[in-house]
Amino acid sequence: MIYSEKVMEHFANPRNVGEIENADGVGEVGNAKCGDIMKMYLKIDDGIITDVKFKTFGCGAAVATSSMATELIKGKPIEDALKLTNKAVVEALDGLPTVKLHCSVLAEQAIKAALADYYTRQGVDPEPYVGKLSDEEPSCGI
Amino acid sequence: MDKRFVYADNSATTKITAPVLEAMMPYLTDGYGNASSIYSIGMDSARAILKARETVANAIGAKTSEIYFTSGGSEADNWAIKCAADVAAKKGKKHLITTVFEHHAVLHTCQYLEKHGFDVTYIPVDEMGLVHPEDVEKAIRDDTFLVSVMFANNEIGTIQPIAEIGKICREKKVWFHTDAVQAVGNVPINVSEMNIDLLSLSGHKIHAPKGIGALYMRTGINLPNLIHGGAQERNKRAGTENVASIVGLAKAIELATADIPAKQARLSKMRDKIIAELLKIPESRLNGDPVKRLAGNVNISFRGIEGESLLLSLDLEGICASSGSACTSGSLDPSHVLLAIGLPHSTAHGSLRISLGDLNTEEDADYIIEKVPAIVGKLRAMSPLWERILRDEDIDAE
Repeated sequence: MIYSEKVMEHFANPRNVGEIENADGVGEVGNAKCGDIMKMYLKIDDGIITDVKFKTFGCGAAVATSSMATELIKGKPIEDALKLTNKAVVEALDGLPTVKLHCSVLAEQAIKAALADYYTRQGVDPEPYVGKLSDEEPSCGI
Repeated sequence: MDKRFVYADNSATTKITAPVLEAMMPYLTDGYGNASSIYSIGMDSARAILKARETVANAIGAKTSEIYFTSGGSEADNWAIKCAADVAAKKGKKHLITTVFEHHAVLHTCQYLEKHGFDVTYIPVDEMGLVHPEDVEKAIRDDTFLVSVMFANNEIGTIQPIAEIGKICREKKVWFHTDAVQAVGNVPINVSEMNIDLLSLSGHKIHAPKGIGALYMRTGINLPNLIHGGAQERNKRAGTENVASIVGLAKAIELATADIPAKQARLSKMRDKIIAELLKIPESRLNGDPVKRLAGNVNISFRGIEGESLLLSLDLEGICASSGSACTSGSLDPSHVLLAIGLPHSTAHGSLRISLGDLNTEEDADYIIEKVPAIVGKLRAMSPLWERILRDEDIDAE
């Protein structure tokens, strides 16, 4: 298996690691059994994601996709973050091995989960914005 | 300590050492004759193979005529198991016994046979990673033709009671095969005293090249070919002999078995120091029996982190090691070996295997001891799973 230089660079120096106190939205996806969990924290002011932090338990690709996903939405309007796809994360990392593509899906879902939490806290039904987020644990590898 | 390169994955493969390469060089250069040819450079190759066969036989207490060179351990395992099944089927025997934590070369071969009408019993191992001989004895039936139990486990390094199992199989008149890929050169082996009928070994785990191994087949057992073709290996294994690698294997096995107790003493001292120091890390555990294990094997799980991240972080510090996490096993589940000894998935994901070999030094061990705790700490600091462990949540309940 080969990781791109960009994946290794983001793994070695992950951006936006940590937590945000009093975050406006927090989302967590994945589970311990499958070996990857991502937790995203969002600070949102006037519809703009002014800060984002993550914590990840998982492989090199899980860390790198989390790091890249946070970079891609930081400073952007919520609408842009909602449009972020796992494909965009993969492209920004110069590709991922096929067996690791699920990590990028997890990164996309983690952001959506955090945004759903934000809408819920605002008293807004998140479903029209982020779609239906499954409560069920996904099977490993998605 | 200054950054160094520490290769601590000797159970995966090893470096070809200078004496081995030197022994091989004549056959990689001017000594290229086909061992089946009649002219002198051909006969030189044939003589080199004969001498190599004798060396390999001596290393495991076998007769020269009982050694057949193969492309490696996997081929030897496939040959032993599939072709023993061929012989057995003609006698109406359809049952074989193996363990749940074998190498995939054995497990997947057994699964293949299951698809072809054979019945396989997979013996469990205890929480220390040991097979109980009485479990093997109980599993033997009238139609059992083969027992296959690995000599030493490749992940957790546990050394199995091979002589006891061999005795049971001999009494019950069932063939006994052992995959000794990890044991050769690390544990004294005598196929005759241990009642072993078939044994697989590999070169690249003991500083010979990749792509060479051997099957020991006890006199009186006449397995059909796995590889058909020319008359090489006394008509038993076709294909022009890989002379240089055969010579390399012989040199390597000669060196590896020259003084096993001294090697064990040197490596186990480093092993035990690493284990003692790394177990000081909170929420860590040693996998496998602390005593009945290969002298160079360390296998520790750190809760709350994932193995591949650990390996990549170690690599950034110059340390090569391995893990039983799903991400490094090429499947969605973590190592079948770690699950077999009862680890929950989440803990199995955070395992680290360090396998020390002849080329490792005390400084290497100290460097590992210095680097691992900080890396585990860094990965835990960014792990949402670790937060939950600290809150005493049952993370395996999901």
